Amino acid sequence: MTQSVDLGLPTRLVDVTIDGETVRVPEGATVLDACEAAGLDIPTLCYGDTLTPKNACRVCVVEVEGSRTLVPSCSRQAAEGMVVHTDSERARHSRKLVLELLGSSVDLSTTPRADEWMADYGADPDRFGPRAEPVQAGARDVLHTGHHGEPDGATAATVEQPPKVDNDLYVRDYGKCILCYKCVDACGEQWQNSFAIGVAGRGFDATISTEFAAPLTDSACVYCGNCVEVCPTGALSFKTEFDLREAGEWDESRQTETTTICAFCGVGCNVSLHVQDNEIVKVTSPHDNPVTHGNLCIKGRFGLTHVQVARKERRGREPRED
Amino acid sequence: MDLRFRDAVPTAEERDAVDALLGPPADGWRGGERDAAGLQHARGGHEARDRRDLLLPALHAVQDRLGWISEGALDYICRRLSVPPAEAYGVATFYALLSLRPAPPRAVHVCTDLACRAAGSGDLVAETTRRLGPAGAPVNGATWHESPCLGLCERAPAMFITEAGDSPSAVSAGPVNADEVVRAVRTGAGALEPEAPPAVSVPQAGSEDLVLLRNVGMVDPADLDAYRARGGYTALRRAFDLGPAGVLREINDSGLVGRGGAAFPTGRKWSATAAQPDHPHYLVCNADESEPGTFKDRVLMEGDPYALIESMTIAGYATGCHLGYLYIRGEYPRAEAALLNAMATARERGLLGDNVLGRGYAFDIELRRGAGAYICGEETAIFNSIEGERGEPRSKPPFPVERGLFGKPTVVNNVETLVNVLPIILRGGPAYAAIGTGTSTGTKLFCVSGSVAEPGVYEVPFGATLRELLELAGGVRENLRAVLLGGAAGAFVRPDELDVPLTFEDTRAAGTTLGSGVVLAIDDSTDLPGVLLRIAAFFRDESCGQCVPCRVGTVRQEEALVRLSAANRGAGANGHAAADIALLREVGQAMKDASICGLGQTAWNAVESAIDKLGTFQEGAS
Repeated sequence: MTQSVDLGLPTRLVDVTIDGETVRVPEGATVLDACEAAGLDIPTLCYGDTLTPKNACRVCVVEVEGSRTLVPSCSRQAAEGMVVHTDSERARHSRKLVLELLGSSVDLSTTPRADEWMADYGADPDRFGPRAEPVQAGARDVLHTGHHGEPDGATAATVEQPPKVDNDLYVRDYGKCILCYKCVDACGEQWQNSFAIGVAGRGFDATISTEFAAPLTDSACVYCGNCVEVCPTGALSFKTEFDLREAGEWDESRQTETTTICAFCGVGCNVSLHVQDNEIVKVTSPHDNPVTHGNLCIKGRFGLTHVQVARKERRGREPRED
Repeated sequence: MDLRFRDAVPTAEERDAVDALLGPPADGWRGGERDAAGLQHARGGHEARDRRDLLLPALHAVQDRLGWISEGALDYICRRLSVPPAEAYGVATFYALLSLRPAPPRAVHVCTDLACRAAGSGDLVAETTRRLGPAGAPVNGATWHESPCLGLCERAPAMFITEAGDSPSAVSAGPVNADEVVRAVRTGAGALEPEAPPAVSVPQAGSEDLVLLRNVGMVDPADLDAYRARGGYTALRRAFDLGPAGVLREINDSGLVGRGGAAFPTGRKWSATAAQPDHPHYLVCNADESEPGTFKDRVLMEGDPYALIESMTIAGYATGCHLGYLYIRGEYPRAEAALLNAMATARERGLLGDNVLGRGYAFDIELRRGAGAYICGEETAIFNSIEGERGEPRSKPPFPVERGLFGKPTVVNNVETLVNVLPIILRGGPAYAAIGTGTSTGTKLFCVSGSVAEPGVYEVPFGATLRELLELAGGVRENLRAVLLGGAAGAFVRPDELDVPLTFEDTRAAGTTLGSGVVLAIDDSTDLPGVLLRIAAFFRDESCGQCVPCRVGTVRQEEALVRLSAANRGAGANGHAAADIALLREVGQAMKDASICGLGQTAWNAVESAIDKLGTFQEGAS
C-alpha cells in the first residue's frame, strides 16, 4: 500500500542581488536569509530564530534600491529583482549609530558579540558624554508617561538600575535591557501564553514589566525560563549565572555544554546542560528541536539546577545570604 | 485564555464605571460573582476576548469616573475583557492622560508647546509654579501638568481641564492667564468664561470663497436641518447615483492627496482598498490631530461635524466598508461632543444605520477617544490603539489597504482629506482639479499661529504664496525671524523665502514641507534655541519606544541641544558646538534612515533646518 505524501505547494524561488551577487532564495525568505545565503554576517539583536521578527532594534538595516528609508533585513521579505546593499555608507552609518545609541544607554557587557560589532563599525558609545548614574531600584517603574525632566546635557541618560532579584530561579537586570520585545513575545502568544510581562510606559521610559511592576513571584510567571532563552543581552539570566558573575567566577572557558533529554516527564524535550566545575550553571534548549523550538518548562529549565542548589544548601557548603 | 490575576478588588464605583460601558458581567468567568452553577461550564476562547477593542474605552471609563485607574479597577477590566493584566498595564501606561497612580479628580493641563510658548506659556508656568507648587503636585483635589500641544494655538496660551466624577467633564480654554489657571486648579472649569464659539478660529468665516470652511460659523453645528438647508447630504445622494465606481473615478480625477502630512493620493488608496477581496473592509478617520501647531481638524469637527459624518459615509460606500471608526484625540472634548451629537441625529434620521437614505447601504460609525499619545495619529499606530493594544506603529509592508484594522483592508484618512470629498462629488473631480495647481489640487487649510495679528485656520487654494497667507492673517511683521512650516516634524522658512508657493511640490523644492498645514510665525522676541529644545523634548516624550534610533536618538538629540543652548547663552563652554552639531547630524541621519515610522524619521527635520537655514548655534548667530 502506498501512502500519498503531502509535499505542499511548490515553492517558487526568487533572485535577489546582494552586494552585487545574485542569490536565489525560496519565496517568503527574508532579506536576512538571503544575506546569510550570500555568506554575509549581518548583526542582529532583536531578531530571534524562533520568534516573529519585531524589527525593533534596527541593527540589521540594509539599503534596498527604490526604498526611501533603510529596510530591516530580519523582517522584509526578499522579492524578485530586489537589489540590496548591506555595506553601503548609509547602512553602515545607521548600524553604527544604533550600536552607539544602545551602547551609551544600556549595559551591553554581557551581550554576545557586542564588542566585536562595535569594533567593526567603529562605534564609540562614549561620545555622547559620561554615563548618568544608575537610578534607584523601582524609579523607572513609576515614571509619568509623556513627561520628563529637562536633561542637563552633562551626562548621557541610561536605563541602568539595580537588577530585580525577586525569586530563586532567574534575575531581571533591566539595566541591560535593549527592549527587543523577545521576552514578551516568548512569554505571550508566540510561545508560553502566560502573559506575565508586557512593555509598559513609553519611549525612552518604556520598560518590560508585570502589571503595576509587581514582583515576579506575584505575577502570572510560570518560570519556564523561555524568556531567558531568547534574551539577547543577558538582561535575563539564571540566578546561578548571575551569582557566579557577581562573584567573578563565571567562566565560559571552563564550561561544557551537553545536550541530553529531560528526564522529568515523557515528552522528551532536549536540554543543554551548561556545566562549570561539575555543577549545572545554566540550562538551554536547542532551537532547532522540531517539537520545542528551544522552549522548556520549569522542570527542565530550572529543576536540575534547583536540586543542585538545594543540595548545596543542605550540605552547608555555601550558605546563602538571604 | 488562562489568565492569572493578583486579586486586587475593585471598589463598587470602579465596577460601576466599567459596567456602565460594558453592561453587567455575564457570569463568574467574566468578572461576575462565581457560583456553583457557573462552574459547570468553562467560558473563554474567542467569545470572551474578541472585544479587546473596548480596553481603551474601559480604561477611559474608570479614569473619567475616579481620576485614576487602581489595580483593582484594571483587574476588573481585564476579567471582563479577558485581557492579561500585564498587557493591559502596558496599554494603560502608554497614554499620558491615564494615571495608574492615585491622582486627584481634577487635572489642569497647561500647554507649553510651540505656539503657546511663543505666547508666553513659560511665564505662565513659572507663575503657576510659584502660586501652586510644581507641576504634578496635588493641590486640594487637583493637580496641574505641563502639556504638549493642545491644538488651541490660535488662542494661545491654552489649557485643558478634566474633572473626574459621576458626570465627568473636559473643557478647553484659551487664551488664559495665571489667575485663570490657578482658579481652574482650585475650583474647576466652572469658574471660567465659556469657550468662544468655533467661528472665532476662522477669521474668514462667512466668506463666499470658502469651500471646506463654508459652514463654520454659518450653521448651528448641532442642527442637522440647518446643515441640510445649506446643501448638506446632497453629496451623499449624488454619490449613491454615481455608484461606488463612479465615486472612485471622481476622487481619482480630482487629484486629491492626503492632508495629514504624507500627501498620498486618496484615489489610489480608496481604489486599492475597494479592490481587496478580503472582507470586511474598514474605514478609519484619523482625527488624532496632535502635530504641534495644528488645529484645523478641530475647527472642522467643532464647526461642521455633519460634513465629516457625510464624508465618511461616502468614503465607506466607495470602498466597501460598513463600519467606520472615528479616532479623535482625547484633548478635543468639544469636537467629540459635536460629533457624537451629529452621529446620533444622523442615525435617528436614517443617514447612518442599516439602510442609509433608504438606498440599501449599511454604514455606521464608532467614535474612539485617544488618551494623550501623538504617535496614535500614525496610520498604523491608530489601528493598534483602536484594537486595544499599545499605540505602536506597525512595520510596513503590509500596508493598511491590505492588512489594516483587525487585519482587514482599511482606508485611513485624515479629517480634512475626507471633508474634501464633498466638493469633489458635488462639482465633479475635473472641476475640483482645476482649483490649485497641476499637482496640488483644491484648497488647503492652514493653521496660522504665533507672531501674526489674526491667528486662525485659513483656507486658500494651493499655489497661494506664504506671504499672501500671512497677509491674510494681518500682514508680515517687520521683526519676523522665521516661519515653521509643517509643525514639529516640519522645517523653517526664512523671511526672504516668503514667496514660496504653498504647494506640495514647491515647498519640497524649497527644502520644507506643508506637513499638516502648520504656519507658525516666529519673531525676534522668541528664543529660537528654546523652540528647538521644545521640539526635541516633544519627540522624546512622544516616541513610542519601539525602535532604537528614535527611542534613544530623541534623547541624545535633546541632550545635545541642551548643551548647545547653554553655550549659546554663554552659560557653558562653546568649544564643543561644532562637535555637538556634527553629533546631531549623525544621530539625525540614523533617525531619518532607520526609524520604523514617520515620527522618528522626521524628529530631526526642524532642528536640521534651523541649523542649516537659520544658522542657529553657528558662530555669531543666536
